[in-house]
Amino acid sequence: MDHGTTAALNQQATPPDENYRPSDRERERQRFRRSRKRRNTWIAALCTVLCLVALGAGAVASPGWERVHSLFLDSAEFRSSLPGILRGFWLNIQMFLIAEVLILGLGLLIALVRVTRSPGLQPLRLAATVYVDVFRGVPTLLLVFLVGFGLPALRLQGTPTQPWVLGVIALVLSYAAYVAEVLRAGLNSVHPAQRNAARALGLNERQTLRHVVLPQAVRNVLPPLLNDFIALQKDTALVAVLGPLEALRAAQIKADYDFNYTPYLGAALLFIAVTIPLTRFADRLQRRAAQRTWAETGR
Amino acid sequence: MTEPLLRIRGVRKEYGSRLVLRSIDLDVAEHQVVCLIGGSGSGKSTLLRCVDLLETVDDGTIHLGTGELTDPRLDANLARRRIGIVFQAYNLFPHLSVLDNITLAPRRVHGVSRKQAEQSARELLDRFGLADKAQEHPDRLSGGQQQRAAIARALATEPELLLFDEITSALDPELVGEVLDVVTDLKQRGLTILMATHEMGFARHVADQVCFLEDGVIVEQGTAEQVLTDPRQPATRRFLSRVLDHA
Repeated sequence: MDHGTTAALNQQATPPDENYRPSDRERERQRFRRSRKRRNTWIAALCTVLCLVALGAGAVASPGWERVHSLFLDSAEFRSSLPGILRGFWLNIQMFLIAEVLILGLGLLIALVRVTRSPGLQPLRLAATVYVDVFRGVPTLLLVFLVGFGLPALRLQGTPTQPWVLGVIALVLSYAAYVAEVLRAGLNSVHPAQRNAARALGLNERQTLRHVVLPQAVRNVLPPLLNDFIALQKDTALVAVLGPLEALRAAQIKADYDFNYTPYLGAALLFIAVTIPLTRFADRLQRRAAQRTWAETGR
Repeated sequence: MTEPLLRIRGVRKEYGSRLVLRSIDLDVAEHQVVCLIGGSGSGKSTLLRCVDLLETVDDGTIHLGTGELTDPRLDANLARRRIGIVFQAYNLFPHLSVLDNITLAPRRVHGVSRKQAEQSARELLDRFGLADKAQEHPDRLSGGQQQRAAIARALATEPELLLFDEITSALDPELVGEVLDVVTDLKQRGLTILMATHEMGFARHVADQVCFLEDGVIVEQGTAEQVLTDPRQPATRRFLSRVLDHA
């Protein structure tokens, strides 16, 4: 056996080989791959266009197309309704941002309570479990109704009465339960050896959680967490049933006034304009997370 | 002879119905390197994990210095601060840089300032040939580099006792040497080390004492020379011929 391989300690990367020229066979392979790729691109484009044309023709040829066109796709109506809906949409964004911060805080608190083992927290642990069971089980819309109409009816001192605030409370209650479960899964996904390594260094339970387990847990569940936030962004529209002038409510008023549904389409486009970039962002994170996992297990 | 640093008496450990450690007696004196050898499942790793309080023993006692580690009233966190352990699978923290891996315990547990912790960490990295890897994350390092970083992490808190749990078993053969060099260096500096290993040649080279474990007991114990070249017990002989034939 050899213990004297100190040379291996300071390995240098191999310098680029300047005299290397690809062989004829390799160049031919590359040519073939390029032509195959070009062909595939053409096929993909052609199929997509054909599908779109077929779908469009099917819609236009349907007997009710004239009516749908004037009721849903009225460009003058679209232009006149958009400023109002956009103003309403700003409220959706505000509700989304405020709710997101509160949800993360509450969700994290619940997840931590559920994973810690200290005996004094047993009542809190029970409460957290009941909370998650209940609020994940109740439809969000129902919760908006219950909080929106039920909380003011209690006539307690200091309860908010603005509909949008009540809506945010309902969304927070519902989504915190989901986010808590996602975070809990993340905390459990960190390998026990990591916890052992931290404890072996003398870190106590709290320090281990704070410096070793939690950072890795959050990294592991970032994509599903973002998914929940994309859903939340859409669900801010549920608050419309309480009456605040957000995008859906604004579109509804305009649609009822003009007997034309185009404003709904405008509202839908606004939501899509926000959720699509968010979705792409989540996809990218997910891909990066997958690559990282491969890199770690691949050696 | 002075009191041994680590004193293990009658330690027993079961997992469910499986008896892993039957009754272990072992002394490790200060500045000694003691190697545990034996087949897989013989209890080497379990013994180390018991010493580091990652497992609770089912009987017997373990003393470090004058304190009893196996006292359930003992604050395990305080006891672990005196012991450093290095695992087979490195178990570096993947979300932290190599430097932060090493300074985490000194800063958070021992209250060392960031500046001072980083200075000591860089000295350790320098000694282990990792000076240029301080800011890298563990997944950018080779197995041998990761294991050397893990040893640096265990040393950063200046433990009285080091536990090495088959630290070269996950490494490619050409990377084993660089890790063992580090261990030789630690021995020369007078650290007290208890290690489980499969590297018989290395055990002979570095160990003051070699213990052969089988079925949860220490079957044979003695100097490296005696146990490895002139084993008295048939079980030891069988094991060594099996291992050395394939080496």
